Amino acid sequence: MTAWPEIFDLAVVGGGNAALCAAITAAEAGASVLILESAPLPYRGGNSRHTRNFRCMHQGPIFPLTDSYEEEEYLHDLMLVTKGKTDEGLARLAIRSSEECLPWMQAHGVRFQPSLSGTLSLSRTNAFFLGGGKALVNAYYNTVADLGVIVAYEAEVTHVHREGDRITQLEAQIAGRPVTVKARAFVLASGGFQGDVDWLARAWGPAARNFLIRGTPYNRGVVLRDMLDQGAESVGDPTQCHAVAIDGRAPKFDGGIVTRLDCVPFSIVVNKEGDRFYDEGEDVWPKRYAIWGRLVAAQPDQVGFALIDAKSIDLFMPSVFPPVKADTIEGLAVAMGLDPQAVRRTVDSFNAACRPGPFHPTELDGLRTEGLNLPKTNWARPLDTPPFYGYQLRPGVTFTYLGLKVDERAQVHSAEGPIRNLWAAGEIMAGSILGEGYLAGFGMTIGTVFGRIAGKEAAAYVA
Amino acid sequence: MSLDQTPLTGTATDEARRQIEICNACRYCEGFCAVFPAMTRQKAFAAGDLTQLANLCHNCRGCYYACQYTAPHEFALNIPAALAEVRVESWERLARPQAMARMFQTHGVAMAGLLVVVLAWFFWAMSVWRPEGGSGFYAYLAHGTMVAIFTPAFLVPLALIALSLRDYWREVGGGRVRLSHLQSALHSAAKMKNLSGGHGEGCNFEEGDRFSDRRRVFHQVMMYGFLLCFASTASGTIMHYALGWEAPYPLLSPPKLLGLPGGVMMVAGTAGLVWLKLRADRNLGAARVWGGEMAFILLLGGVAVTGLALYAATGSALVGPLLAIHLATVMVLFLLMPFSKMVHGFFRLAALVAEAGMQRPSGKS
Repeated sequence: MTAWPEIFDLAVVGGGNAALCAAITAAEAGASVLILESAPLPYRGGNSRHTRNFRCMHQGPIFPLTDSYEEEEYLHDLMLVTKGKTDEGLARLAIRSSEECLPWMQAHGVRFQPSLSGTLSLSRTNAFFLGGGKALVNAYYNTVADLGVIVAYEAEVTHVHREGDRITQLEAQIAGRPVTVKARAFVLASGGFQGDVDWLARAWGPAARNFLIRGTPYNRGVVLRDMLDQGAESVGDPTQCHAVAIDGRAPKFDGGIVTRLDCVPFSIVVNKEGDRFYDEGEDVWPKRYAIWGRLVAAQPDQVGFALIDAKSIDLFMPSVFPPVKADTIEGLAVAMGLDPQAVRRTVDSFNAACRPGPFHPTELDGLRTEGLNLPKTNWARPLDTPPFYGYQLRPGVTFTYLGLKVDERAQVHSAEGPIRNLWAAGEIMAGSILGEGYLAGFGMTIGTVFGRIAGKEAAAYVA
Repeated sequence: MSLDQTPLTGTATDEARRQIEICNACRYCEGFCAVFPAMTRQKAFAAGDLTQLANLCHNCRGCYYACQYTAPHEFALNIPAALAEVRVESWERLARPQAMARMFQTHGVAMAGLLVVVLAWFFWAMSVWRPEGGSGFYAYLAHGTMVAIFTPAFLVPLALIALSLRDYWREVGGGRVRLSHLQSALHSAAKMKNLSGGHGEGCNFEEGDRFSDRRRVFHQVMMYGFLLCFASTASGTIMHYALGWEAPYPLLSPPKLLGLPGGVMMVAGTAGLVWLKLRADRNLGAARVWGGEMAFILLLGGVAVTGLALYAATGSALVGPLLAIHLATVMVLFLLMPFSKMVHGFFRLAALVAEAGMQRPSGKS
């Protein structure tokens, strides 16, 4: 390890977007900064690696965003997904600050592109990173290197040492060796706890052991747990996490974006007994995308099976793994490990309930079944055209909600008041604003806004 | 794209297909270069589709450094290397005779060996066929002899490349070529648009994940230098046959005015490309042809250096040996056109033309 100062101005725990924004801001203000990233270099960046865009308020067209997207509409969108579970003051702060973040990001090496094929129509609300989140992370790591920030990889912080209203030092394992890190100020930006399956199982029950984790395996919530144990104020529901239905063959960890499946509206979805369990045509994908994680999680063995026929195979984005394919419904059922008779019965009763009518894959077309106890209310077309295709679905965890409560200066509080030299940014405090649901690109907004605030406040504190 | 679904055997194509299918489900890299929008036109990739994508790829490596799925991730994506392998494999497969392609694509030593043989042959030719009269270069080798030697050495490789390109066009399912497709391709090639990184800051070739425009600059300096030298030779030919004005030409004449800066640019460009190639990560390209590619760049540089040296030595005793060396490097460059990295220019242009023809009408997704 290169010569470290005995004491840093700022130690940043975490190595994703929020951590990097904090480090850049503090270093530019003249602070000496250390980043402690728990992942090895190839996996640096936490869940930011898997992100793709940034939701941004703007009062007129600014590259790459079209039209305008103003504070009230943005807040309204947030209120819809969170069902009001947000701190409106912090939410408005994040939304208002997002506008000035865009040029700041560009000035620090982040490049954007117009949203192109296959994406949702987000060109008005969301700015897409050219190359995605890892390209953003690379740009920021180059920026911090140029600013003289020291980055320690494979640096797992095990304990944040609190003395009264101050943090004095961190205990960490760096590349397996115990190290004590001293600093005048600290920013915690080490993510949620979804990488700790035991913790998920305690929160969700044993079913969580069958969940797949879409993001980094390095978000194990060690620092979050440590701070909560030391009386830091918390927000968010400890028993909740955000899960979507993804390809059941995805890796246990780190599958990222490609594991998504967009086929559900054009499918019938059955459980391992071969029975349907929810209206697949309830609303447009991705509006209903998020609920399917929970729906599948409630089924036996936390697994579902989306079945489609040749009419629908080209109506959605390509999947990362090819679908299971068979010439008959029974053959498909067997290939997917299902009881062919049960699936045949389900398909027959579904097909019999389908009615002719205009089919519009991109809008709610009202093409619904008649006479089923569990209807499909849109895009209901019989499965009758071979070959037949199937995808296994499993819940994929995107993030957890439990986090540290912060104020508008990103400062962490305990029951006795603010911890004077401790700030938090990113997923570890996102529950302060995002109490439920999810809004595409908002995680990066929270990380960027609060990372910059934390870095600025920490630099001012040590100046 | 291609209607021909016959699988081409070969692990390079299979591996590229595996990787491209993952890429196509992600699409974060859409804005980098022409490969990614081209990829989104289909879900299943015939071998010809992969050949086309591979020849569109300029090995800028932007997608590698931006990729969340590179090793150690279990998806282990390395698109620049996978496409480089398919690309080289396609040049070898479509070249004739194939054995020569296989030898020269991969072996710098074979190139050097050929150079020595041709060089020796020129020295021998000069000693045996040295003309009685003739001035300038033609005092060493008569003009008629040079033409007799170089015409087939130039035309036969071009004919072989034309046959390869015809096969390429069939394999990738290229359609009717329109003027607008050619214009689009030439525009891309002239600016090397696909090495711009999508944001104009260049590629990730030699400095890890940092962007740099050096490769684009050096490549264009080299390429335009080569074209100037080619124009110099062409102008000399016209002057010789149409105007009856024989070499050597004075400084203020088209062959020199084009050739001198062209030669200097080729030297600078090839030197820069060698330097970049030494710095870049070999595992993000077709590692097995690294030696052949390096030898090819050195050969190009050698053509320019010996040409300039020959001019500098005008009137001295060095003209004879330098002329032999220069003619030998030029000859080897021509002879190797279908079997060396030189062929990439032809295939790349073909891929750009095909791509221009395949682009979907705007507004349709």
